[in-house]
Amino acid sequence: MSVKLKQIDKYRWEVPKSGSMRVPGIVYSTSSMLEEAQQQEPLKQVANVATLPGILKASLAMPDMHWGYGFPIGGVAAFDWESGIISPGGVGYDINCGVRLATTSIIEKEIRPKLANLVDALFHSIPSGVGSTGRIKLSISEEKKVLKEGSRWAVRRGYGEDIDLEHTEDGGCMPNADPDVISKRALERGLKQLGTLGSGNHFLEIGVVDTVYDDQIARVFGVSEGQVTMMVHSGSRGLGYQICDDFLARMSQHVKKLDFDLPDRQLACAMIQSEQGKRYYNAMACGANYAWANRQILMHLSKDVMLKVLGLGPRDLGLNLVYDVCHNIAKKETHVIDGKKRTVCVHRKGATRSFPPHHEAICDKYQHTGQPVIIPGDMGTASYILAGTQKAMEETFGSTCHGAGRVLSRKAAKKASKGRSIHRELENKGILVKWTGRSTLAEEMPEAYKDVSQVVQVVHDSGISKKVAKLRPIAVVKG
Amino acid sequence: MIDHTADFGIHVFGSDSKTLFSNAVVAMFDLLTNINSLKGREYIDLEISGEDWADLMVNWLRETLFLWNGREMLVKTASIQSLTQQTLSAKVTVDPYDPERHAIKTEIKAVTYHQIQVYRNPAGWEAKIIFDV
Repeated sequence: MSVKLKQIDKYRWEVPKSGSMRVPGIVYSTSSMLEEAQQQEPLKQVANVATLPGILKASLAMPDMHWGYGFPIGGVAAFDWESGIISPGGVGYDINCGVRLATTSIIEKEIRPKLANLVDALFHSIPSGVGSTGRIKLSISEEKKVLKEGSRWAVRRGYGEDIDLEHTEDGGCMPNADPDVISKRALERGLKQLGTLGSGNHFLEIGVVDTVYDDQIARVFGVSEGQVTMMVHSGSRGLGYQICDDFLARMSQHVKKLDFDLPDRQLACAMIQSEQGKRYYNAMACGANYAWANRQILMHLSKDVMLKVLGLGPRDLGLNLVYDVCHNIAKKETHVIDGKKRTVCVHRKGATRSFPPHHEAICDKYQHTGQPVIIPGDMGTASYILAGTQKAMEETFGSTCHGAGRVLSRKAAKKASKGRSIHRELENKGILVKWTGRSTLAEEMPEAYKDVSQVVQVVHDSGISKKVAKLRPIAVVKG
Repeated sequence: MIDHTADFGIHVFGSDSKTLFSNAVVAMFDLLTNINSLKGREYIDLEISGEDWADLMVNWLRETLFLWNGREMLVKTASIQSLTQQTLSAKVTVDPYDPERHAIKTEIKAVTYHQIQVYRNPAGWEAKIIFDV
C-alpha cells in the first residue's frame, strides 16, 4: 500500500484518514523533501500511529521525519490523558535523548591555536564509545537519587550551577519518577554510565555563532556572532534502553487484552491510566532524569577541560547554559484542542518542545522570547538555535523538528564513504574530529543526513518555531 | 544484512527451527564482534518464553544481547536444547569481554519487533530481525 498525500498548504501535507485511522496524519515538509527516497515507510508509520486509541487531532511528523520502528522518527502524537495510550515506542529507546547548548565569552580566534589540544583533551577526559563507563561510580541507593532528582542531583554534587536548572526543560527533573518500577537490569546498566557520552550519533561539539537572524531574541539568549559555543548531544545510555525494552516486552503481551488491533508490534502500548501505563510513565521519567543528570555532568566535565587547556578562569571563559532540550519523551501537558483545554500525553520521538512566549513552563528569562530550541545538525554543516512559537502551540502540540534526519542507512553511508577520508574532508572545512568507533565516522558523515538548513527553513517558514541563530562546528568529539 | 535508515538487521536461515534460533544469535554476535576471536570457554544456560515464534525470537535475542550490554560477555555459540513455539532452553558459550582481545565492530543497542518475521520456507526456516544500533 502506498500512502497518497494531500497538500494542505505550502508546508503541510495530509495523510487522509483511511482504514482504522482515528485521525488524519499531517506532515510538515516540502515537495522536494517528500520526493526523496524512503519517504513511504515513515508515512505508513504516521498512518499507523493514527490508529492508536485516544489520539487527538492528528498524527504529526516534522520535516526531519525518517523511518523509525513503530513511530516514525520526527513523530509527534498527543493522546487523551484519561482515555488514551502511552507507548514506549513513541518515546524511543534512548529516553530523553537530547541536546544542550552553552555559550562562552571567547571568540574563534582565541581558541583556534589550542583547538587540536582541546579536542584531544576532551576526547580523553569524556568517556565515549561502545559501553563506555565513567568516573562516577554509583551505589544503587545513590543511583535512585539520580533517577528521582535528575539535573538537581548533578548540581548538588558540584557539577554545575543552580541557574543551569532554570535553563533546562522541566528544570531537568520529571517529578513523577519512581525508581521502584524499573528492573534490576536497568539499574545495573545505569551504575557506571553516568557522565559518559555513548556512541552512535552522540557528540560533543565546539562551534561558533555564524549568523544571527533575530537580534532581539539572540540578545536575551546571550548569543552573539563570532562567539564560541559548546553543545552536548547524549541521552539516558543503557539504562534508558533497558527501561524501553522491558516495557516493550511487557506491553506487547498486555496490548492483546485491549480491544484493538496493533498495526505493528513495535507500537505496543498501554492505556495511560492502567497500571502498566502508569508504571511506564514513572519509569520513563527515571530515564529522562538520568539523561538530564548525564548532560549536566558532561557539560561540567567539558567546561573543566576547556578551562585547563585554554588556561582561563571561569569568569574569562564565561560558559553559560542557554538551554537543554529533550527530543525523545512523553509528557503530560495541557493543550487547547477545538477551543477546549485538554490534558494530554504528548509523545515527541525525534521532536523538540517549542513552547511560546508567556508559557508557564518556561523560566522568567525566556518569558518574552519563547523557549530556546536547540537543533543539532550533522558534523559538517550547521546547528541552529530557534525559539518556540504560539503557532506550534496551535498546530503541533508545542513541537518542532529535532535535527537533520537520516537519509542514508548506516550501510549505505559506509558505502558512499569508501575510499574517502571523511576525517580529512572535515578537516579541510576547518572542523577537527575525534572519534572512537571504527565505523561511526563514516556512518555519521554529513551526506547520511538531510540538509539541516532545509529542515529548519520549513519549521521557520511554517511558523512552528523561529530562527534565531546558526552555529558552525569547529571541533567534534564522537562516541 | 537488511538495510534500514534507522537501524540494520539480519536475514537468517536454518535447516530446522533449532538451527535457525542458534544461527540468529551467532549472526547477531558476528555483527557485534569478530566471533572467531572468541574462545567460548564459559557457558550459560538460558530459559526463554514468548507468545509465538516471532516473540520468542525477539526475547531470545534480547536475552543474549543483555549478556553483552548488561554483563559484558560475548556469545560464541548457542546450542538449543529444546524448542517449542513458546519456550526455548539453550546453552550458550561466552567470553568475558576483554578490550585488548575483542574488537567491537558495531554496537547493537536493542532487538526490535520492527518488521520481525520468523517463518518456515520449503527448504527449512527463515527469520528477519532488525536491530537498533
